[in-house]
Amino acid sequence: MSLITTLARLEAVSSGRARPVATVRHRHLSERPLVFVPLTTAGEAGAPLGALVGTDRHAPRLLVVPQPRDRDLRFAFLAELADIVLPYVDAYTDTVEAAERTETDPETGKRVKVVVDLCADAPQLIVPSRAGVDFVRLLGRSMRFRRTAEQDPDTPHPAPPRVPLLGRWLTHFGERARMPGSSLLLAVTDLLARHWATGQSSVEDQHLGSLLAWIDPPGDEPGDVAAHRAELARDADGQLLCPPAGPATDPAFDNKLLAPAIEAYDRARSALAAAEDGLEADDRFGALTAAEQRVRDLVESRTRPTWDAVWHGLDLLRALPEGAHVPDRWTRDRWSFTAHRDRITAGEPPQPRVDDAVTAANKLAAREREQARLDAQEALDDPLVMAGRRLAGEAFAGEVTDVVMAYSEGRRPSPRPLVTVRTEDLPHLGERAKVYRSLGGKPQAAEFVGHAGRDGIGTGDPDGDGNVLVVLRVLDKMGRGKEPEPGSVPEKGDRVCFTLFEHDQRGGAKLPDPEETPWTHGGPPGDPEAVPLPDPLTEEDVL
Amino acid sequence: MTTALDPHAEGGVPGVFDPGAAAGRATEAILRDTLHGTHRGVVVDSPPGAGKSTLVVRAALELAAAGRPLMIVAQTNAQVDDLVLRLAEKDADLPVGRLHSSDSDPYDKALDGLPNVRKSTKAADLAGLDIVVSTAAKWAHVKGVEPWRHAIVDEAYQMRSDALLAVAGLFERALFVGDPGQLDPFSIVGSEQWAGLSYDPSASAVTTLLAHNPELPQHRLPVSWRLPASAAPLVSDAFYPYTPFRSGTGHGDRRLAFTVPSDGSGPDRVIDEAAEAGWGLLELPARHTPRTDPEAVRAVAQVVRRLLDRGGAAVSERSEEPVPLTAGRIAVGTAHRDQAASVRTALAGLGVTDVVVDTANRLQGREYDVTVVLHPLSGRPDATAFHLETGRLCVLASRHRHACIVVCREGVSQLLDDHPSTEPVQLGVTVKFPDGWEANHAVLARLSEHRVAWRP
Amino acid sequence: MPPPRTRETAPALRHRLAELRGPDVPAKALDARALAALAANPGCRRRALLDGAGVNKTELASALGSPSAFGQSQFAFMRGDAFEARVKADGGTELLRLVHERLDPSAEPPSGAHVPDLAAAGPEGRTARTELALREATESGGWTLLDHPMLALDVAGSPAFLEPDAVVVHPDGTWTVVEIKSFPMLDGAADPAKVGAAARQSAVYVLALEDAAARVDPVPQVRHRVLLVCPKDFTNLPTAAAVDVRKQRAVTRRQLTRLTRIEEIADALPEGTCFAPDLPQERLTAAVELLPATYAPECLAACELAFHCRARSRAAAEVTSVGRSARAELGGLTTVGDVLAAAHGTAGDPADPAVAALRRAARLRAEALASAGYGARDEVLVDGEVPAGAESQDMAGASAGGAPCH
Repeated sequence: MSLITTLARLEAVSSGRARPVATVRHRHLSERPLVFVPLTTAGEAGAPLGALVGTDRHAPRLLVVPQPRDRDLRFAFLAELADIVLPYVDAYTDTVEAAERTETDPETGKRVKVVVDLCADAPQLIVPSRAGVDFVRLLGRSMRFRRTAEQDPDTPHPAPPRVPLLGRWLTHFGERARMPGSSLLLAVTDLLARHWATGQSSVEDQHLGSLLAWIDPPGDEPGDVAAHRAELARDADGQLLCPPAGPATDPAFDNKLLAPAIEAYDRARSALAAAEDGLEADDRFGALTAAEQRVRDLVESRTRPTWDAVWHGLDLLRALPEGAHVPDRWTRDRWSFTAHRDRITAGEPPQPRVDDAVTAANKLAAREREQARLDAQEALDDPLVMAGRRLAGEAFAGEVTDVVMAYSEGRRPSPRPLVTVRTEDLPHLGERAKVYRSLGGKPQAAEFVGHAGRDGIGTGDPDGDGNVLVVLRVLDKMGRGKEPEPGSVPEKGDRVCFTLFEHDQRGGAKLPDPEETPWTHGGPPGDPEAVPLPDPLTEEDVL
Repeated sequence: MTTALDPHAEGGVPGVFDPGAAAGRATEAILRDTLHGTHRGVVVDSPPGAGKSTLVVRAALELAAAGRPLMIVAQTNAQVDDLVLRLAEKDADLPVGRLHSSDSDPYDKALDGLPNVRKSTKAADLAGLDIVVSTAAKWAHVKGVEPWRHAIVDEAYQMRSDALLAVAGLFERALFVGDPGQLDPFSIVGSEQWAGLSYDPSASAVTTLLAHNPELPQHRLPVSWRLPASAAPLVSDAFYPYTPFRSGTGHGDRRLAFTVPSDGSGPDRVIDEAAEAGWGLLELPARHTPRTDPEAVRAVAQVVRRLLDRGGAAVSERSEEPVPLTAGRIAVGTAHRDQAASVRTALAGLGVTDVVVDTANRLQGREYDVTVVLHPLSGRPDATAFHLETGRLCVLASRHRHACIVVCREGVSQLLDDHPSTEPVQLGVTVKFPDGWEANHAVLARLSEHRVAWRP
Repeated sequence: MPPPRTRETAPALRHRLAELRGPDVPAKALDARALAALAANPGCRRRALLDGAGVNKTELASALGSPSAFGQSQFAFMRGDAFEARVKADGGTELLRLVHERLDPSAEPPSGAHVPDLAAAGPEGRTARTELALREATESGGWTLLDHPMLALDVAGSPAFLEPDAVVVHPDGTWTVVEIKSFPMLDGAADPAKVGAAARQSAVYVLALEDAAARVDPVPQVRHRVLLVCPKDFTNLPTAAAVDVRKQRAVTRRQLTRLTRIEEIADALPEGTCFAPDLPQERLTAAVELLPATYAPECLAACELAFHCRARSRAAAEVTSVGRSARAELGGLTTVGDVLAAAHGTAGDPADPAVAALRRAARLRAEALASAGYGARDEVLVDGEVPAGAESQDMAGASAGGAPCH
């Protein structure tokens, strides 16, 4: 935890209210996000119990698996989910704009600009917490290798038609969520914790109810009191007043309420199966419906508070102005979405179980690049983030006290003015370190020359007031002429902020194609076009 | 060359360990596998100061002499320039290419003075030269060239698997050389997703290489010529338990003496202890402090000041005469950059400006007569994975030829004992040994035998 | 380092610990999970003593008014049991196949393993029976599966009885600990936090098994790679992975030697101190308070007493209540009040780098908030004072919904 965040947390402790750690919103929020609040069954991998899902905060769709260990009921749930998620996703695939992309021409090997479709907007999936993101990934993994009867008439347990496709989309959302700064799939707890510091730990911030209580407690109640209640208070029945945001449920709920309801459902189903005539069946069907309704009510009672909390969190976030670089990152999300749309349209196989060596290396490189980009953009967009970088010695701000014109050596001297900045910050400036400032949205580079002092070469702080004089040589963005273009060189009295980190990221070297994976990395992987086999479906699937 | 008694020595005079002979045998075997072996790769583990650079230069020259042009991959520009200078020093007529980036100041200006070293940003300009040297990052941009038949990959343990992936297509076979005990490569984003995969892009290049090619010959250089007899056993046991090495010199071969007697202060007493024993621990009273603990920083600076003031001279196998202990032969190592900055400021306050002060990362591969180390855990209220990283302590404790003085607050042993051990475990990931927690305990236990308690 | 041997002082200590538990309160047996948890916060003297004395922390937490929130869903419980039964079904054929495949592929493949009956009266009896079975199996030269053996480990002078899921004796006479868990291995990977916990638990078994091995001549080797068996992907079919537990073993071994500290901690308590759960809450609170705790939020996942300790830590405004790492740059400042006072210039020595850094942080933060229109001075908050207008500034435009669940 950086010192500036620690300070914000301790201020929150002291004031009983969360304190801001961002002054702008650093993530894109769609006007029409799809909120997904899933619950899972304890002890089973990928056995959903139910979910609330939808784009209308007042009318979520409730999906329930009354017996989570029943494969058919699970498939029914997933089919219903597909019927909600896929139309939502599809709505964004058709509206496109023309965009330029640089590609390598396969004939000439040259980098050329091509015009391609870019989806004008992209879907956005919102889940309550980080565990929800993992669950989206898990659902995606559990579905994308399934086969429908159409794909494989011999498959013993065919999946409903659109389920494998949903698996591929959820996998894409889950994978994209690992990209720093991306917004296709977001957890509200992460979003809130990015913008506010509470008086509790980041572990406790994973509890959505408790986190919200610190940020926006009801009435005049202190945040810590409200958070404590949200976290621990139980009713006379031993049930949490604020159910966990899932997907895991509270054991007390499982044992006391859910298990009896599922048993009742099982009994009603067996009874119906054993019915001997239509009349009896009608009766027993009624009993089964009632038993199912009981499970549905229970699931709704545990998801609805979370659903409301998610929207409450979104309200709080929407109140913050959007950071200047957020649209730029959302455009990257749109590229990602468009690319996946194209892969599906082209009939490519689902994402493999594990990445091959080249794909893994490419993903890691892309994420490192995006992390650096995100760190830089957040600092440039938000003075509070920049304050943290300044405290860490990675940036400095101050007033220009002197500008001396100078020129580069060589046949065509270019302007290389020396700018002296007076700052209270303590940047870690090494010999000839490069620094950057934002000039009209573009980075202007300068080079650290030295600290100015009374004798001209002192080591800082000539006046003993905690200020140091940093001398920089401006290197670029001054035009082509001998004299710098107007406004391109800071002037005496200007407030400037220079960073030691670069503002933009260069792309790395291109890696070999997977079929050219070198011997050091095991050589080319197997046939990349081969469709991964579906997971075996065995009788042992369920107990 | 000195000999020392060794019950386990193989060959030579029975019962006598001849480090020169042992190192020579290892080098011969490595060169044999490199020049005449059938495997596509040869891996060499080199502990601190075991002559890794010498080996790389020699292997390169022999390959070139055999009419087999090669490329050399190093990790930093400084390493590349250093290698080019060493190659030119050994054979000034050898045509060497220095492939460099198009940034400003892409290489050491000293290379401009070497007539047979050609520099270019394009690999094509350097085609046909016996040896072409560059960084892994620059090599990764080289496309569409005829692969080299040979390569040497230097500092291969500090190279990431994905960096090797980017360059491995450029060569047919390679000699991989590195120190497994130093700092591991790292990634600024999570890479748990690939943990356990043989080609985890964030793992070290050697890990991936051996996972896919377990049959490759693996050698190690068995003798550290840098570390004195007082240090090699501890560093070997604590950091290289499965690839032990020896000191090339015996007890008594190296001596550090001072003409100015001790003034009885903590710094002087710890200097005398370290001069005698090779290790010294200057222990300040227990206290939780921020990283730039002013007392500890001052203590480090004072030790350096006294090292310079007391007219030190180092006796070693390198020369007949004692060599004065000058500022250039002393370094200060810290864990963090701000600590290094504070020590520099404190040293400047004492009039010392020419002693190297740097973090473990930047001290990798460097060598001094005496090092003064601010212990990574000194004064900390908690230990973190960063501070416990085995490689960090290993680098700091293995830069010296004569003595290492550690400045630390009391209480680190307790801190280690109280350290919560709840690390996640990834399936399929080979457990790295030794563990930082254990290595820290081992080093601390040894240091405590040479402790000088001091209340500044 | 050898395991602790403090048997000579044990009777006196045992008596003292019984007094601390309270009259007629039986000692809660330490299981492997509890022993492994020693490594979760080894600096906590409160936990060390209460665990060492066999105090039931769940009951104590309830008696203190801060009940622990650990519970297990019956769904998970049933699934775990059913999975273990499945793994061991059929004379352990599948289990032994996995041990052979993952740990000892060069050995002869197991066929018709020996599964000795380990039933005996009482933990001591079961331990003796297990040791006998281990000896016989080692001499037999074949595969033997010990289903739920009982092992004893000396913990600060008293034996703790431990029951691993299984121990396998290989044909070469080496021993392997088997741990069966019901979380899945998905595409060869499993939740690292859960694998870590399993590794720490297994390390305790390895230590206990090493103790047992030391009593056999010649001493058999206990393998430091344990077999972790889990359901494969989304099925109920078992799959397995070898887990190297040397590091966990080293840590646990060292923490066990340090458990001898409990004598010293106990001696520091005043006469009459007692943790019996039927005592009045104030007395219990006072008694627990005598034991210094090192609460950190990670305790919430590892200790039954965590909610109590958190409440005390928050009441004392310890900075670690917001996270262990919060202290890293604060030097000697340990309370919220001290830190804020130092940050806002009302206390602290500016020459102390921690104070200086805090002031710079506070200045930079205030400056940034002011520049974004938050009102810099309002940010200076001391002693719980809420600045006027904070509401509107922080929450501008937000719905007045308030937190949920009230």
